[in-house]
Amino acid sequence: MGQYYFNLPDLGEGIVEAEIAALHVQVGDIVTEDQPLIDMMTDKATVELPSPVDGKILSISGQPGEMVTVGTPMVVFEVEGAGNADTAPAEAPKTEEKTPEAAEVKTPEPVKAAPAPVAAKPKPVSPPKAPKAKTGDKPLASPAVRKRALEENIDLSQVPGSGPAGRISHQDLDDFIAAGGRISHGAKKARTGVEEIPVIGIRRKIAQQMELSKRSIPHYSYVEEVDVTEVEKLRNFMNANREEGQPKLSILPFIMMATLKGLEKFPECNAHYDAEQSMVRRFDGVHLGIATQTPNGLMVPVVSHAEVRDIWDMATEMMRVTSAGREGRASREELSGSTVTITSLGKIGGIVTTPVINHPEVSIIGVNKIVPRPMVINGSEIQIRQMMNLSSSFDHRVVDGFVAAELIQFIKGSLEQPATLFM
Amino acid sequence: MSVKQNCKLLVVGAGPGGYVAAIRAGQLGIDTIIVEGDKAGGTCLIRGCIPSKALIHAADKYAEMSAHAGDGHLGIKLGTKPELDFSKTIAWKDGIVNQLNGGVEGLLKKAKVKQITGWATFKDAKTCDVETADGIVTITAEHVILATGSKPTELPFLPFGEDVISSTEALDLQDVPKRLVVVGAGYIGLELGIAYRKLGADVTFIEAEDRILATYDKELTRPILQSLNKLGITTHLGAKASGWADNKLSYTDKDGAAQTIAADKLLVTVGRKPNTTGWGLENMAVDMQGPFVKIDSRCHTSMKNVWAIGDITGEPMLAHRASAQGEVVAELIAGKKAEFNPNAIATVCFTDPEIIAVGQTAEDAKKVGIETVVGKFPLMANGRALTMEAGEGGGFVRITARKDNHLILGIHAVGPHVSELSGEFALALEMSARLEDIAGTIHVHPTMTESFAEASLAALGHAIHI
Repeated sequence: MGQYYFNLPDLGEGIVEAEIAALHVQVGDIVTEDQPLIDMMTDKATVELPSPVDGKILSISGQPGEMVTVGTPMVVFEVEGAGNADTAPAEAPKTEEKTPEAAEVKTPEPVKAAPAPVAAKPKPVSPPKAPKAKTGDKPLASPAVRKRALEENIDLSQVPGSGPAGRISHQDLDDFIAAGGRISHGAKKARTGVEEIPVIGIRRKIAQQMELSKRSIPHYSYVEEVDVTEVEKLRNFMNANREEGQPKLSILPFIMMATLKGLEKFPECNAHYDAEQSMVRRFDGVHLGIATQTPNGLMVPVVSHAEVRDIWDMATEMMRVTSAGREGRASREELSGSTVTITSLGKIGGIVTTPVINHPEVSIIGVNKIVPRPMVINGSEIQIRQMMNLSSSFDHRVVDGFVAAELIQFIKGSLEQPATLFM
Repeated sequence: MSVKQNCKLLVVGAGPGGYVAAIRAGQLGIDTIIVEGDKAGGTCLIRGCIPSKALIHAADKYAEMSAHAGDGHLGIKLGTKPELDFSKTIAWKDGIVNQLNGGVEGLLKKAKVKQITGWATFKDAKTCDVETADGIVTITAEHVILATGSKPTELPFLPFGEDVISSTEALDLQDVPKRLVVVGAGYIGLELGIAYRKLGADVTFIEAEDRILATYDKELTRPILQSLNKLGITTHLGAKASGWADNKLSYTDKDGAAQTIAADKLLVTVGRKPNTTGWGLENMAVDMQGPFVKIDSRCHTSMKNVWAIGDITGEPMLAHRASAQGEVVAELIAGKKAEFNPNAIATVCFTDPEIIAVGQTAEDAKKVGIETVVGKFPLMANGRALTMEAGEGGGFVRITARKDNHLILGIHAVGPHVSELSGEFALALEMSARLEDIAGTIHVHPTMTESFAEASLAALGHAIHI
């Protein structure tokens, strides 16, 4: 029997550290080669790390949410044969763990944290975590209690059982429900519980990105209304007469086309601003980020090189990248490289939004919902028109309000005279 | 002629998974169609559990009566040996199958489930063509439950046909074969092999593993081995079958020597495989997990509103699992909350003696780091067992519980009639019973269930009758 050290491998693209997104194994588990061990999250993609060997897990360093540097030992296996213990880094935890009782994930040797003042490279040591229910330990309850809990949306592992061995009775469940999901006895009581939800993984990335944008970019927001009656007519006609293989068009591809045309005229809005180097990088190509709500939170899949796409292609590619984003299978490339972002909430788009610029971009175009409104036409006539607002934000450090307004006016004009989109 | 039909729920396969799902759906007012290529009832009812139990019962009766011939037994003497008219035995078994089949069809009808007989082929996840006697019926459903079951695994070098038979044909023979060789000493092979031995066949097992019933622990299978010896059944362990010609099976014995054995019938029982081909599963875009259809705890597949239950979803391939899944899915489709989340599913072998296993053994628990106490009670010390001649043969009830809080983790038993104890065993696990709960339940005297209470007491260190 030997020991095999599994260090965080190079995840490519010059990534030096990654966050633990999920642990699939526990200390004491017997694993086979290629069995998923750990999910690591880099800037945008989540990578599943498979086991390099067959063996038993002796120790795991780290918890979900912790950042790990490439090369750091993460898992120690007991394996047949010699293992690779010789090649392990010097500071690798020399665990004596042999018994399978230690089911909890171990944080890296706390002894190392004690003499911290002299530690050459202080590493964040995670605070002791509250003991977690061991996976595989089901809450003890009869089938009737389990069914009731399911019907009441109650996680039985949160319900304290008063019975022998912690068995949960109907009474325990009643008490738990009466207490509003809290341990209590008696009638209704005010709720004082606080659920602590660690902001990790993609949520943390979103938080960091938003903070960066709002802290560093002076936003200039501009709202204008657009009469989309004509473009809606055209859209309905195109949808009714589309050929096989052509997707059903929403309004978004038309807005993408109009934005593309606008950016070609006002290239200062199709740029990144690198504040550290005081450098604006204007791009020849237009890569449209599409803000997308996914089960994991906000993501921005990218329709690259919009300038070479026609409207059908634009729509097809948008659907492809956004559904890849929603289903969590978007590649890193599909989630990076946008030069401008379009954000739309569709039917819940509201009247006005104040979009947050996707740093380091300088423009974001927000689309509000389309509503029929009475409008004055030709100065005297009132007609019911399909109206939509565009709420956009610009980095006022490098985009002047005048230019931003000109861009939006251009987009408005293109959408109101949709033939111009195809010139 | 082509007919189109729409329904809220389409169930494919009317075995114990499918028909239960359809009945429950019908009860819940869901507009349901069930499609079955054969009679309603599935493997369990037509060519599995039920007919094999009928055959085992008849074989036991015949063997018992034979024991009374000659010098007699228990003071009961038969003047002549009983005679066996096996075709009538099979006809009696068919009668039971038909009765139950009619019963299932009646229950489906009562639940207002529309039954269509024919072979369904899926064009996409929600649409299938059914070839019925009256032409093609195209069914489009909002929800689909896949319950297509499993079939006996065929060995490439021992293809089924003529005298090489699967369990299906073994339940429909017109004569008892003189020499029966069984490849595979799992529970199906053993149940049938023992029955045919009792009916007069000369039976030999060829098993590739070095033990019978490899999924059960050795303590549990030891009484079966003893019984096989007593019945005069030869068992070749570590033996690998290789081919069949001129009614002779060639195999390599445990020492690596080539052997042959003559047989009138060769029964191949090396497991069952899910029915995942031949009906358009590939057109449904559902994810697989190995050979099985992948499902979540709600029995939902990777395709929206496509559900799968029973043998096509994996081990244990058991009728009672399929039925339980079927109920869960019907309730979910009706908008109720449900989940397939049993603490344990009991498995049973109707061998002689019988085996029951529910939950973990001490060995299983040790692997996940749980310390256990084990209590074992021999049937020999149970009065009722003795009065039914069930005390011999080394049968016992064994309970495994957590050492720290006495929560029962597993219950295992071997012995005549122990299958009827399985309900209490499963209940104990589902109710999260502790040893004290079982020991504190007054068990009726004289019954074999007393052994369960005594095994709990034994685990607590104070059994009364041992």
